[in-house]
Parts: sequence; structure tokens; C-alpha cells
Amino acid sequence: MKLTRRDFMKANAAAATAAVAGVSLTAKAADAAVPGAIRWDKGVCRFCGTGCGVLIGTREGKIVATQGDPDAPVNKGLNCIKGYFLSKIMYGQDRLTQPLLRKKDGKFHKEGDFEPVSWDEAFDVMAEKWKEALKKKGPTSVGMFGSGQWTVFEGYTASKLMKAGFRSNNLDPNARHCMASAVGAFMRTFGIDEPMGCYDDLEHADTFVLWGANMAEMHPILWSRMTNTRLTKPGCEVHVLSTYEHRCFDLADNGMVFHPQTDLAILNYIANYIIENKAYNQDFIGKHVNFNATTTDIGYGLRPEHPLEQAVANPGKGKFDKISFEEYAKSVSDYTLEYASKLSGVPQDKLLKLAQAYADPDRKVASYWTMGFNQHTRGVWVNSLLYNVHLLMGKISEPGNSPFSLTGQPSACGTAREVGTFSHRLPADLVVGKEEHRKFAEKIWKLPDGTIPPKPGYHAVLQHRMLKDGKLNAYWVQCNNNMQAAPNMNEEGYPGYRNPENFIAVSDPYPTVTALSADLILPTAMWMEKEGAYGNAERRTQFWRQQVSAPGEAKSDMWQMMEFAKRFKIEEVWPEELLAKMPEHRGKTMYEVLYENGNVNAYPLEKITDDAGNVYDNDESEHFGFYVQKGLFEEYRMFNTKGDILKKGHEMAPFEVYHKARGIRWPVIDGKETLWRFREGYDPHVKAGEDVKFYGHKDGRANIIFAPYEPAAESPDQEYDLWLCTGRVLEHWHSGSMTRRVPELHKSFPHAVIYMNPADAKKRGLRRGEEVNVSSRRGEIKVRVETRGRNRVPEGLVFIPWFDEGALVNKLTLDATDPLSKETDYKKCACKVMKA
Amino acid sequence: MTQTKAKQKTVSRRDFLGNAAKGACGVGLISLALGAAVREAEGKLPADAIRPPGALAEKDFLSACVRCGLCVRDCPYDTLDLADLGTETVTGTPYFNARKIPCEMCEDIPCVVACPTGALDKSLTNIDDARMGIAVLVDHENCLNFNGLRCDVCYRVCPLIDEAITLERSANERTGKHAVFIPTVHGDKCTGCGKCEQACVLPDTAIRVLPERLARGKLGEHYRLGWEEKRKLGKSLIEGQHIIDLPDRGYSAPAQTDTGGYKGFKP
Repeated sequence: MKLTRRDFMKANAAAATAAVAGVSLTAKAADAAVPGAIRWDKGVCRFCGTGCGVLIGTREGKIVATQGDPDAPVNKGLNCIKGYFLSKIMYGQDRLTQPLLRKKDGKFHKEGDFEPVSWDEAFDVMAEKWKEALKKKGPTSVGMFGSGQWTVFEGYTASKLMKAGFRSNNLDPNARHCMASAVGAFMRTFGIDEPMGCYDDLEHADTFVLWGANMAEMHPILWSRMTNTRLTKPGCEVHVLSTYEHRCFDLADNGMVFHPQTDLAILNYIANYIIENKAYNQDFIGKHVNFNATTTDIGYGLRPEHPLEQAVANPGKGKFDKISFEEYAKSVSDYTLEYASKLSGVPQDKLLKLAQAYADPDRKVASYWTMGFNQHTRGVWVNSLLYNVHLLMGKISEPGNSPFSLTGQPSACGTAREVGTFSHRLPADLVVGKEEHRKFAEKIWKLPDGTIPPKPGYHAVLQHRMLKDGKLNAYWVQCNNNMQAAPNMNEEGYPGYRNPENFIAVSDPYPTVTALSADLILPTAMWMEKEGAYGNAERRTQFWRQQVSAPGEAKSDMWQMMEFAKRFKIEEVWPEELLAKMPEHRGKTMYEVLYENGNVNAYPLEKITDDAGNVYDNDESEHFGFYVQKGLFEEYRMFNTKGDILKKGHEMAPFEVYHKARGIRWPVIDGKETLWRFREGYDPHVKAGEDVKFYGHKDGRANIIFAPYEPAAESPDQEYDLWLCTGRVLEHWHSGSMTRRVPELHKSFPHAVIYMNPADAKKRGLRRGEEVNVSSRRGEIKVRVETRGRNRVPEGLVFIPWFDEGALVNKLTLDATDPLSKETDYKKCACKVMKA
Repeated sequence: MTQTKAKQKTVSRRDFLGNAAKGACGVGLISLALGAAVREAEGKLPADAIRPPGALAEKDFLSACVRCGLCVRDCPYDTLDLADLGTETVTGTPYFNARKIPCEMCEDIPCVVACPTGALDKSLTNIDDARMGIAVLVDHENCLNFNGLRCDVCYRVCPLIDEAITLERSANERTGKHAVFIPTVHGDKCTGCGKCEQACVLPDTAIRVLPERLARGKLGEHYRLGWEEKRKLGKSLIEGQHIIDLPDRGYSAPAQTDTGGYKGFKP
């Protein structure tokens, strides 16, 4: 979207007028009110990080149809098969409509069955448990697990609730499983989160390289754009790297199947090739880059007593030190073509072709990655190694030259990352570990100095360990299915939830595996049942209005958090010395301190209308008596726009503007969105004459960080003789809690299968379609063998998708994480397959 | 499991016989039976009924099949059924409806193994060689992929993905920046298993398995697709003839004079 300054003013003026008048233009209102007519409004797809624009068709309080928005810049009216069924995801037969509490003899009982209760009873029991934990063990005993599928407003609500209200940094999103390694590398390399490029690169690049991204299935509409460029642009090439052949290989000019974990070596080889052939951009690296080497032998993020952690020299250490270009060149010089080829199993000519593509100064290269890079025990390293290649060539921050991290969730960027839902983060790239950052957040939130605790909280995997160990006792999960999604369910997740010392609440629209493992289930309003906002992978923030009401007593996550906050007197969550600094808060509820602070409740209730005269509900605002979403967003915006902000570059447009646009890419400055960051002419933060400036770092330079190849945590051996790789399929969204409730999607891929090389099946006397036991050191599941079909795995590796709650593959996975990003490696552990 | 299923199938066969007897005087049923008799005489199968793998040509199949139901009994996925008077298929013969339960293409082809008469051809040992029918994408207007969406469910469920169904790519001229992926069935590879027809997400499927007689056109015997012939042979069909290609004359500018000018034109 291009918004001229004048449009921008006009948009504001119009909105202000409408607000004052209380009604909007009524010219078309009669049309909208025709009984039986479908009302169409702008929305965004509920599923992946692509952020396809959709139009939502509502009639008589029900979403009866959707369509791709033909004018949405991302998808131009198209959808994938999940998006085609959007209108059905809210209407599954087992939609939860009232709170459910485990009870025996009319009282809460950890081993009871779930019985319907009122919201009052639910929150009474829950608040009692939270208060008990706080009293016994303090703020570190309470925690929350959130989501990259939360709306921006919900994530921000949670950030305040946990970090300022309960004063616990034990808040982490499921984006930890998904994006944390990408974030780690963004911060280390550029000092600021999220990609510098945007989807327009899909039309500008000459060469595309996919690193551990099955874009054909996981980002179907972006794949469609890349394919079109490959078809229509002379000389365009596609390189695909993965540990097995997937649908992207169909288009690949250079398809490469490498042995798991050896992507580290391949990337260092490419850097070595560029240096040996003196292809690097001397001017660029001289002006814009620092060279560094990272600490090695950092372990696997397992429990400290795990044998693999015992032998480690520098567990969890992320420190990197400046080195010279010559030292860097020497470090990568070990990674010769011969060595990289031997280690990875990729033929030399293919690796050479790939290196040449990066090294050619006349070709624009866009690199894309998803979980293959991020779910990796060296995820941060491998992300950085790719940036090294782009930075050596100066192929960055301009149309077509773009290292681009694809996000899996609709708001992994907009919510999980931007408003501070990670256990170490605050809104707008600030972190809890820095006093200056905490003070700034406290000032905006109108809270006393020292409210936010300085120590990072428990991250996703650690939360399960701490639940099991009885250190985290009151726990709330919203908007995700983490029992199914988290690794090593048998040894960590499930024992943690069922630990009698703990009380687990799960908010979800459906009775998922996670919900049914909890103690209290809270029915949740989803997607178009609330006003919302998502931020996609290209920094595009998209808003929607509430279209329909939630069924029964289901309430949005935001409502739940804010209502729960009413159950606590501030004296119950803050110590006296903190309260003494702001005695005016005495006697208030946590809700009043956090959400009636003059910012969040600054905007009065207004009638929500569009310019066509349609009127929309906003259940939360009506309930709380002010325009909640607007207040939350405008307060968040202070982190980006206040005069003395600590980190520039996240500027957002005013709230109303988003309701009028098909998404806007931040930073939004002078009423314009930013497509490429860090380069003069594209990014207004880079001044005339500066050319390129990586302003996330004080010296304006990006970091090239050398890291070596180090092996995976658990590799196949005599007993567990196969690599197990897990992942997704196009037909299902993540754990299938929505898509498996759409009969057509369920039918199209009803049950998980194990993709196996025909030779491996034959060796074990297995036939296609036969049921097998797949086991690891941690558990066992039953699935059917598939030796044909969409994924062609090499001998020695099997692939199982994780959408199927009937075959929980995370009973098998190892909870090894990247020690820096704390993100699990779901792509590599050892398993064996036997006849069932 | 197999035992139980076999029993069920036996019962249903008996039911069918019973029902047939009971309904023998029903006018509607008589006309149905007449219809079936007519088709039996013609050796034609209704379009939505598919014979098991290895079935002989319909006329031969009907003479060879003894209506024993053993193939139905041995089908591990309940795909096969015996036609009764309610169906348009010749009564007592095995068939399946792909939209309901497709053929799972068992490696050991138990239905063929079970056939006592050779109505299902014993020489079929590789299921990929089965030709039960051919999938045809019949509705281009409603197929989501034809409209540029990324469904391609039929393609991904195909057991012979990239062989029996490929996605043919072209530019989406409407959006100007997306591709269109057209599911394209290759009749020489498609076994007619019907997985695609079953999985199609539309309320009425856009892709259907049809008998070969309905599914395929035929290229005149007097013509060959040149590029296909060349691909099959791996070289030009007239490779041995040492065909030459004279160089093209490029543009050559008129000669200049010593001073850099040109001579005047003289006819």
C-alpha cells in the first residue's frame, strides 16, 4: 500500500469525524441491511505467516463464505486449500462453549473428569491456585505459554499481565518452537529483529535458494509467486536444499539432499568459495561489516544432567569476538568443496553450482528458510552463516537480494516477536535483561521502577521441565496445542501437566490434546469472533473487525486475561517496597493498574462501522467500556514513536489507518510503508550519503559471525538406526485442531504416515500401507508405511508429520534445543521402525 | 479382522440373493434388471463403477467372472463390493466406487490372487501396471487449481505422483505474479485407483476415474507428435542422415571510403 501524506491525513480526519458523529456515512447502509444479504468485510487468513488477504462473508451472525481478496497485494484473490476452507474452521461439532473443570464430588480434583462450570467458578479456582503459588514460591512459580496466533492486542495484553502484573518473565510463545533461532540471528547479526526485505523480492530475484523450507506445501501462495518468476523470467534458477526430497524439488534446477546437520558445512564452503575466488564485495564489507567468531562446543540445550551436556566445554555460551577478515578467511578455508561434499553427501558439481550462484555479482539472490534452519541445535549459527554469505557479497537490503526468514504462524512476527511475549523480551525489541529497557517500559506502562524482573523467565522447553520438577506450579496456555507440539511429551510435557503440585489452565476453541491434559479448560473466541491484528513475515500488519459473536460462553483470550487480572488486588502480586513507590495504586486491582492506566482506556467506546455503513460488534470493548484494542495498540505504539525511544525502526501507523488498509509494512514513516530496510532511498532511517546502514547496531555495521560444523545431538546408531524428521503437510495447519475439523481436509489427509525409502521398508520386510511401530528412546507410536507419494526420503531417514493427534510424533522427539535460541530441533533424532 | 469382514461380505451376498427373490415381482426392479441385462449384452460398465485391478475387457470379464465374491472378501480396505439389483453394474460382479473408497494399490494385489477364474488377470503382478480406468479432470471451471488456488490435493494423494499426475505450470495472467498449477493426468501411467477422485475437496468432484473408453481420445494413426517421437528415441528420427544447417547471413554494412564516407549509388 502506498499512502500519501495527504491520504493519511484524510484517513485520520475521516475517522475522527466518524467517531465524533457516532455514525458513519449512511449512503450504502440500506444495501448492507438487506435481509439475507451477505456482508463482506476485509480480513486475513487464520493460518500461516504468508498473510493472505481474505474477504469474510457474514449473514445472520454466521460466517457463510470467504474469498481471497482479489486486491490483496500478497495473494491477489488466491488461497491455498486451507484458506479455501476458512469459513468452516469455527464451526466444528465439538466447539467448546463453557468452561470445564476437573472435578470429583462437586469439587476441583486433579484426577477428576471435566465438568461444565461457570466462568466465576473457573476463575475462582484458578485465581486461588495462582495466589497459592505466588504466596508459597513467588512470581517464578507462575507462567504462561502463548502464541504466534494470538492477535497483536492479545500478545500485548499478556506481556503486561505477566511481566508487569504478576512480575514473572515466565511468558513464552509457541513461536519459540518456530522462530526463535531466526530471531537470535537477527539480533546478533543486525541488532534488530525481522527481515530487511519483503515479498516483492519474489519478483525481483534471479536466483532462489531454499534452505530447509518446503515452501511448496508450507507457503503455497508464496511458492506460486516464486514459480511464476521462475517461469517468466529468463535465466531464473531455483536451488533447493533439504534432508529429503519434497514438493519443491519438482521445480528445482539444482536439488540437493544433504545429510542432516551438514548445512553448516555447506554454508561455510560457499563463504570459502567466495573468498578464494575473490568474489566478495570489498567495498561493502569494508564499510558495513564486522567479522567475528562465535564460541564453540556449546551443547544441546538438554537438561544439565543429560550425558550429552556433561562433556560440553561452553554450554549455552553465545559470546562472539571480533576477528580480522584474514582470520575469518582462514576459519572457512577448511570447508573445501571436497570436504563439504563428502560430509553432506551432495555431489561436488551441485555444491559448486550453488556457490557460483551466490558468488556471481550480476545475479540477485533471494534465500528462504523455515523450520529446517530454525529447528536446529545450531539454528542461530546456521541462520548467521547464511547472512555471512549475503553480507560477503553485499547482496542484501535491495530488491531481489534478500535473505528471508519465512514465518510459520500468522503473527509470529506481529505478536510473538513485536510486542514482547518471549521470556527475555519486552515490546519493540527491548529486553528484560537491560535496566534502561525495563525503565522505558515501566515509564510507558506508568509503573514504578523495578516492576519488571530483570532475569529472563522460563522458555518453552524449560517451562515443561519446570512443571515436571514442580518449580512452575500455576500455568496458563492460550491459543496453541503445546502438548502435541512440544518435544518429548512422555518424559517432560505430560508428567509436567499431571504433576499434582501444578494447576494447568488451557484456553482453546476445541478440546485439544493439550486442553484434555489440563485441569481447567476455558472456551475461547477465535479468529473473526473478535477484533484482531496479525503481522506477517514481511512486516505487514493487518487488522480485521469482529464479524460474528463467539458461541455460548466462549470469550477471547484478551477478555480472559483482563478479567482474570480483576481477581487480584495489586497488593497480592506486588511487594510493599514496589507499591510504596506508587502509593496511588494501593487498593486497586491488577486490572485497574495495567489496563485502566489512562493509556489503554484512553479511547471511549465507539460504534464500529465501515465507510459502507456496516456496523460491527466489539464484544470486549462493550464489556470493558472502552475501545480496548485501540488503547492497547496505541500504548504499544508509544514504544516505537515516543520522543526518547531507545530503538528506532519499528514505527507503526495510527490504529485507524490499519482498518482502512490491506496491511501496512513497518516501519511506517511519513505515511509510507517501508519495503527494504537499511538501504538509502528505501529506508528513511538511512540518511543521504550513508548508502547502507545497519542501524540496529550502534556502529551501523552488521556482523559476519563464523561458526563451525558441529554434529547433531542424537544421531542414528545400531539400535535406533534411522533419522527421524518431523514436519507439516499442506492440508493441515500445525496440530490439526482446526483443519481436522473440516471434513474435506480431514478426508484429504486423514492420518499421519511414515514416509520411508522403499529400500528401508524392504530391508525390514514392510509393505506399503502396513502398520508399524516407530520408537525412539522416549516413546512409541503406530503409523502406516508410505513408500510413495509427496515426500521421497533417502535411505536412513524417515519423515512423520505431526498434525495427527492419533499418532503423536512428539512422543518420540528429543527435547534438544539450540542452546542460544532455546528452539527445539524437531528435525533430528534417532528412531527405529518395526512391524506392528 | 479379515475373518469378520469376510463374514459380512458373505452375508451381504446372501442378502442380495434374498432381496432379489423378494423383489422379483417389483416393476421397478424388473426394469433395472432389464437395464443391467442390456448392458451385460453390450459389455459396458456404468461410468462410476470401476472394476478391480487386472479385470479383463468388460465383455470378457463378464464371461469369465463367476460372481464368487472372493476378490471382494480379500480386499483389505473394503474397497470392492458386489453389484446388486440397486446398482447399475451387472449383478453379482465386483466393482468399486472411487469417490467412496478408492483402491489402495496393495503391493501384493490380494484381489487378483483370490480370483479363481482369471477374470482378474493373474499376469498382473505389479500394481502400477493396473488399468482400472483413467482419472480425468472433468470440470475445469470449478477445479480450484484451474482458478489459481493452491489445492492440488489430487496431485499429492496420487500414489504415482509426478508420473500419473503432474502439475503443469503456467503464469496466472490475472494476478500477474502467481503461477497456475494444472493437475494433468497421464493416461499411460494412471492406474485408475481413484485416490484423486476420493480426495477432491469439492462437494462434487472435479476429477473422476472413467473407463478408458470414456476417458481417452485417440490421435489419428496417420500422425505422430514429433517431439514425443524424438523424446522416445532419444534423438532425431533422421539422425543418421547428417542434416546440415547453413549459417544465416548477418547484416553487413556497405564499405566505407578512405575518408569515412560512402560511395554514391550507381545502378
